[in-house]
Amino acid sequence: MRYVLLICDDENGSPSQEELAVDPVHLAWKEALDERRAELFGARLRPVADATTVRVRDGETLATDGPFAETKDFIGGVVVIEAADLDEAIEIAAGHPYAARGCIEIRPVWE
Amino acid sequence: MHRDPPGLGVTATHDAVRAAVSAAYRDEWGQVVATLIGQTQDWDLAEDCTQEAFEAALATWPRDGIPRRPGAWLTTTARHRATDRLRRDAVGRAKLRQLAVLAREPDEPAVDEIPDDRLRLIFTCCHPALPFEARVALTLRTLAGLSTAEIAKAFLTAETTMAQRLVRAKRKIAEAGIPYRVPPAELLPQRLAAVLGVLYLIFNEGYAEQDGRRALTAEAIHLTRVLVRLMPHEPEPAGLLALMLLHESRRTSRIEADVLVPLEHQDRSKWDRGLIDEGVAVLGQAMAMLRPGPYQVQAAIAVCHATAPDSERTNWRQIAGLYAELAWLAPSPVVELNRAVAIAMSEGIPAGLALVDELTESGRLDGYYLLPATKADLLRRAGQVSEAKAAYKQALEQAPTEAERRYLARRLDEF
Repeated sequence: MRYVLLICDDENGSPSQEELAVDPVHLAWKEALDERRAELFGARLRPVADATTVRVRDGETLATDGPFAETKDFIGGVVVIEAADLDEAIEIAAGHPYAARGCIEIRPVWE
Repeated sequence: MHRDPPGLGVTATHDAVRAAVSAAYRDEWGQVVATLIGQTQDWDLAEDCTQEAFEAALATWPRDGIPRRPGAWLTTTARHRATDRLRRDAVGRAKLRQLAVLAREPDEPAVDEIPDDRLRLIFTCCHPALPFEARVALTLRTLAGLSTAEIAKAFLTAETTMAQRLVRAKRKIAEAGIPYRVPPAELLPQRLAAVLGVLYLIFNEGYAEQDGRRALTAEAIHLTRVLVRLMPHEPEPAGLLALMLLHESRRTSRIEADVLVPLEHQDRSKWDRGLIDEGVAVLGQAMAMLRPGPYQVQAAIAVCHATAPDSERTNWRQIAGLYAELAWLAPSPVVELNRAVAIAMSEGIPAGLALVDELTESGRLDGYYLLPATKADLLRRAGQVSEAKAAYKQALEQAPTEAERRYLARRLDEF
């Protein structure tokens, strides 16, 4: 099954790209993922300050600043994985460094 | 269709058939559903076909006799129904080709080799990715065979709400890919704790009330017995079973004329000795595995109470020690409160009251009626009348059931 992992935190003291690139927990996670050949796609997202939300209402396109919802945690990365079942997806998600600092939402892909 | 060899099935009276079918319903429902889910991965199909198999039993057993192994008969019949249904539609036919087990039919006579899939079923029903209420409902529906209406009634929920809850849970199992299996060793402690939590909640729901929900305690005990049989090398299921049996042994003396009777004043001659003996024996087997856990410790505390002649001659020192162990294994302010009572009874009221005051100050039990109720009881024993009264009044405001309120009101009247 394919799952999308939404990597979230509250953006307080998030690691920079450089810090994340040498974070041993993140490196170990990437390595484990490569070993499983589980990652199909992955992207880190810039902070919500750079986000734009688009809505179309009554035929009019409204673009607004910021994320779609005011929540405590923001999506900071997206990884698409192939896993045997939810338990494997949970195991993979639990190894990501953000699982300890924020949370990872696991969403099965609509197939 | 599978039939027992001639001569074994004897034409049976309707009463005998009814009795046999209801016994089979209690003992075999979960296993038949579990086997069918294992083979078809389709929860609704499994439930429907199991239901039909029981209806077929009611119709044919009076004529053909009660089979020697009702469970095997029901499983085979339900499986035939499932195969028929799958053959009828195109998606089903495609699915059928993938299912070697079903394709082997009908020569497959291995009724003794039907694997017990109930363990896989219970771990799937209690998967942490499902909402807690859904785990409880799913366990009662698929393993215990309670109808949606019965579960709704037991949890004081509208039937449509309960039906929705079950539909959503089954959908999530399929769509989120919750595996149908017993978790591997590294996940087992955590997942087993989730299963035991669901079973204990079912028991407590039935235990708290003296009304129609009582049947839930019987279901919980039955399911826990099954779990103990299926996991003979795990001590905690046995610990939970012992705990349930020991609580059950004194349920009828817990409430008299709609008023709660505290342990101290219960008529111990009414306690069910058979259940106590079984609870003690089951706990002994669990503890022999030398892997203590929170349910074993709670059962050990229950044994101290169940085997003491009265409150005076209860080994409160040992109970205080067990609560300390429990607080270490499964920290909780409620455990601290119980330890405070045991300390009060073994070391003196002031020592216990000091612990209760600490808990009150921490604010961790705010709104929990047993905090002021315990404080009131200890103050009354210490002869501090006005403080005791104030605490009883506070407890009275927070008590959740009528029986508990009546008990507290009576206490208050006694001053």
